[in-house]
Amino acid sequence: MTGQSRLVLSRRQLVTGLASAGGLLVAGCSSRELPPTYGNVLRMGDLVTYRAFRTLLPAGALVREYARGDITSSPAVGTSDPADPHQGLYSAERGPLFDQLRTGAFGDWRLRVEGRVAKPREFSLAELMALPSRTQITKHTCEEGWSAIAEWRGVPLRAVLEAAGILPTARFVNFFAFDETAEGLDMIDALHPQTILAYGMNGRELPLAHGAPLRLRVETQLGYKSVKFLERIVVKDEFDDLGKIGSLQNGWAWYVGI
Amino acid sequence: MAAVLPVESSERPVAGHARWVRLTHWILAASVLTLAFSGFEILMVHPRLYWGKTGNDLTPAILELPVSRNYRHGGWAPPVTFDRGSTPVVSAARTYDIFNQNSWGRSLHFLAAWFLLLAGLAYLAAGFLGGHVWRDLLPRPRELAPRVLWQDLAAHLRLPMRPAAGGPPYGVLQKLSYAVVVLLALPLMVVTGLAMSPAVTAAYPGLMDLFGGSQSARTIHFFAFAALMLFLLVHVAMVALSGFRRQLRAMTIGG
Repeated sequence: MTGQSRLVLSRRQLVTGLASAGGLLVAGCSSRELPPTYGNVLRMGDLVTYRAFRTLLPAGALVREYARGDITSSPAVGTSDPADPHQGLYSAERGPLFDQLRTGAFGDWRLRVEGRVAKPREFSLAELMALPSRTQITKHTCEEGWSAIAEWRGVPLRAVLEAAGILPTARFVNFFAFDETAEGLDMIDALHPQTILAYGMNGRELPLAHGAPLRLRVETQLGYKSVKFLERIVVKDEFDDLGKIGSLQNGWAWYVGI
Repeated sequence: MAAVLPVESSERPVAGHARWVRLTHWILAASVLTLAFSGFEILMVHPRLYWGKTGNDLTPAILELPVSRNYRHGGWAPPVTFDRGSTPVVSAARTYDIFNQNSWGRSLHFLAAWFLLLAGLAYLAAGFLGGHVWRDLLPRPRELAPRVLWQDLAAHLRLPMRPAAGGPPYGVLQKLSYAVVVLLALPLMVVTGLAMSPAVTAAYPGLMDLFGGSQSARTIHFFAFAALMLFLLVHVAMVALSGFRRQLRAMTIGG
């Protein structure tokens, strides 16, 4: 690519970015490829941040990985025991099921992968562990302001999506938990080499408080994107705000790279 | 050196603030107030400051601020030990329902940060290229003589204060405080803010090292905020004491 065409491309990207940001500020989001703003000025700001980060930051840059000696203590917050009906995020539908699965040491637990994939399927823990694993010592940054370094062991999300035959039209990957939480990622973060489905933490199996038997780790965003207690992954061509259990309708930003 | 700087420029406005200075001043003022408000809310959610790469309720803080019911709340389940090495790492579940309004707090913070960033970059570009920074903000070497500084300080402490015209030329303390705010403190706020972002630090990990870690950057972010609030207090007091109506007119309609 010549310097000139690169310049043209970047200028076009800039113009497109500015025009869409401007249009979105005025009219709200009508695109099905972007998170909606609902006409809310805070969500418009979130959208500008998302677009700017995706335009300005190199995709796929790896977060720093640390040494074993850097591992720190890790608070377990924001989620609760999915089997406890007294907890705020309890799901009457999935809570009792989680209780059963945990009693059986998650032997009957399965991760469903569905939506825009050629071969919708289920994975047992053993099947996930049989896929190539990745171990990474990374920093967890909570929106509250604290951070912690831990070692995570799991399977790259990309490997699981490819095993299910993710379709080329796919744009978003949504994650549903056994409690009332759900989050979504765009393909840049979903296919990021450090985005893993973790079953191990600090050299042992994933503790319940940190999302056993399987949790998402999204190292390029804040902690609340890393859904614990995974039940189901749904691949989509279009943006889905995930309704009452998604971050957006609860007033939280969908993209939290900052 | 002086020859290349437009010190004696004939384009110098007669009096008052240039229109672009007035415009960016108020965009920055609104952004800073919004950032301070939302930033304080964010601080209230976790009023503990650390030094280094990480910090959380299970690790020691260098400063704890009594600014919300989250201050030393103590609602933690008994810790579970991961590693029985020389420095055992633990995990504990929180049993306390903390104050947390970060849903709007964080989004408002970054919305205001975009206005600060864009107005700030416009100000710095115009200020450096047009000569405002060199001409009006950076003190001449002779102004930094202790005697001159002392005289200017004494003049600020005498009441009633001598009425001042709105706009440059500024006294040496004025120059120093404005220069520190626009050339050091506000850029430092932006850069320490970015040093806390997981996506930005993935692309530019050097940002973390620059401050000794993301939590150090957060601590510096807080103290720079405190310094800016102190500046704001003195700034508004000086405006009020040196002819409030004239100063306000100079920074709004000009003249």
